[in-house]
Amino acid sequence: MRHDFIDRYSRLESPVHALDPRAKSIALFAIIIACVTTPPTVWWPFAIYAGMVLIIANASHLPMRYLLTRMLVVLPFIVIVAVFVPFMRGVGPTYDLGIFSVTKGGLLVLWNVAVKALISVSCLILLSSTTQFADLMHGFERLHVPRFFTTVSAFMYRYIFIIIDEAERMKRARDSRNFHGRWLWQTKVIGYMIASLFLRSQERAERVYQAMAARGFDGTFPRWTEIHMRAADYVFVIMVTATAVAGRLAVLWT
Amino acid sequence: MDVIPISPETVIRVTNLGYTYPDGTRALSEVNLLVRRGETVAVMGPNGAGKSTLALHFNGILTATEGKVEVMDLEVNKKNMREVRDIVGLVFQDPDDQLFSPTVREDVAFGPLNQRLSPEQVDHSVSRALHWVGMDGAEKRSPHHMSFGEKKRISLATVLAMDPAILVLDEPVANLDPRGRRTFLELISILDATKIIVTHDLEMARELCDRVVLMDRGKVVADGRPAATLSDVGMLEKHGLI
Repeated sequence: MRHDFIDRYSRLESPVHALDPRAKSIALFAIIIACVTTPPTVWWPFAIYAGMVLIIANASHLPMRYLLTRMLVVLPFIVIVAVFVPFMRGVGPTYDLGIFSVTKGGLLVLWNVAVKALISVSCLILLSSTTQFADLMHGFERLHVPRFFTTVSAFMYRYIFIIIDEAERMKRARDSRNFHGRWLWQTKVIGYMIASLFLRSQERAERVYQAMAARGFDGTFPRWTEIHMRAADYVFVIMVTATAVAGRLAVLWT
Repeated sequence: MDVIPISPETVIRVTNLGYTYPDGTRALSEVNLLVRRGETVAVMGPNGAGKSTLALHFNGILTATEGKVEVMDLEVNKKNMREVRDIVGLVFQDPDDQLFSPTVREDVAFGPLNQRLSPEQVDHSVSRALHWVGMDGAEKRSPHHMSFGEKKRISLATVLAMDPAILVLDEPVANLDPRGRRTFLELISILDATKIIVTHDLEMARELCDRVVLMDRGKVVADGRPAATLSDVGMLEKHGLI
């Protein structure tokens, strides 16, 4: 079984892939922070943020189709908000849409959620799709993200596949004995499966730790690949961060 | 019993070792064992005989609560752990327990980096170990996407990279297909470390080992040359090996 959905395109070659993971992290998080703090009543700063995202996406050589499908993850959240729009009463005129009506305030909430979620998620997709996971964690470490976080993430990345495989095998063994999850009482079976998956993961963790200890692991991850900030990385960080901050601050004077 | 003095030829000495798991299962009792330099020893026995538990004592994953284990002239305890783990390499049965990094290179470099070698030495150890297991140039691949046989060889490389004088292998050929089994056995046989192989594969013990230690219910029940030990059908049957 192949699972490489997390960083499938991270080994492509493009100007964005070549950037230092720290440069990408700082710049993209700058866009996210500027974006989520911008009031939804002005639209043009979002055009700036989205424009930057599009430029980076274009330079990254990632297939558009892939980016768009990955962005679908935010859809459920937007739909949930959209469902409640007719019930929101707020400032501004009311628009009658036959069986229900929406207010300008309600639509503003929807716009706010949708635009911020889409821009933020596309930043994260760009970051994770243009950086190999190990480099990304290394970059985070160098940016003083707590080691606990990076270590746990690195293990999650490595073992999520094994847990998926394990769950898949359990599911097959269950289905081959004619299980159809239709009846309510069968939820018990699913409960058992989750519990045993948890136990297996726990035992696995124990054995992995033993194998690591056997090779002299004392709690700190050794590193020997180095990442380097070059001129291009600084230029990228400064340009993107400055544009994002400028966009955000300009709102204050309008 | 008589205490045999540890000689330069003896690399492992296990004296009256006993171990009880936290849940009360008695896994080892009164185990005595001497391993000499350059020997290849098969530790055999049925499931639950205590073979793997014994293997975990050789480099201090479990430390003796009764009796003691000595490696070279070091007692295996907290104080000597680092040195003991430099001497004894342990290859686990399931490669997925052994391999945890996004790339092969990082996995193989893990031990040498823990030994605080310089970057050049680490690079050298990695390519040498990969060469030994016939996986030259696999540095950038992801272990998860490899076949079981390849993973098995990478697991061996992660331990060989530390250049251990004693190699402990837990079920090295279990689940391998015939060709994978054969290449893996050839690989093991040309390594010149002292080898302890935990297995219930009679064929392998015959082909590869100078000595067979038979265990059952936490005890050593026989210890001798494979030709003698493995031809005693009555005993093999009694201890669940045939």
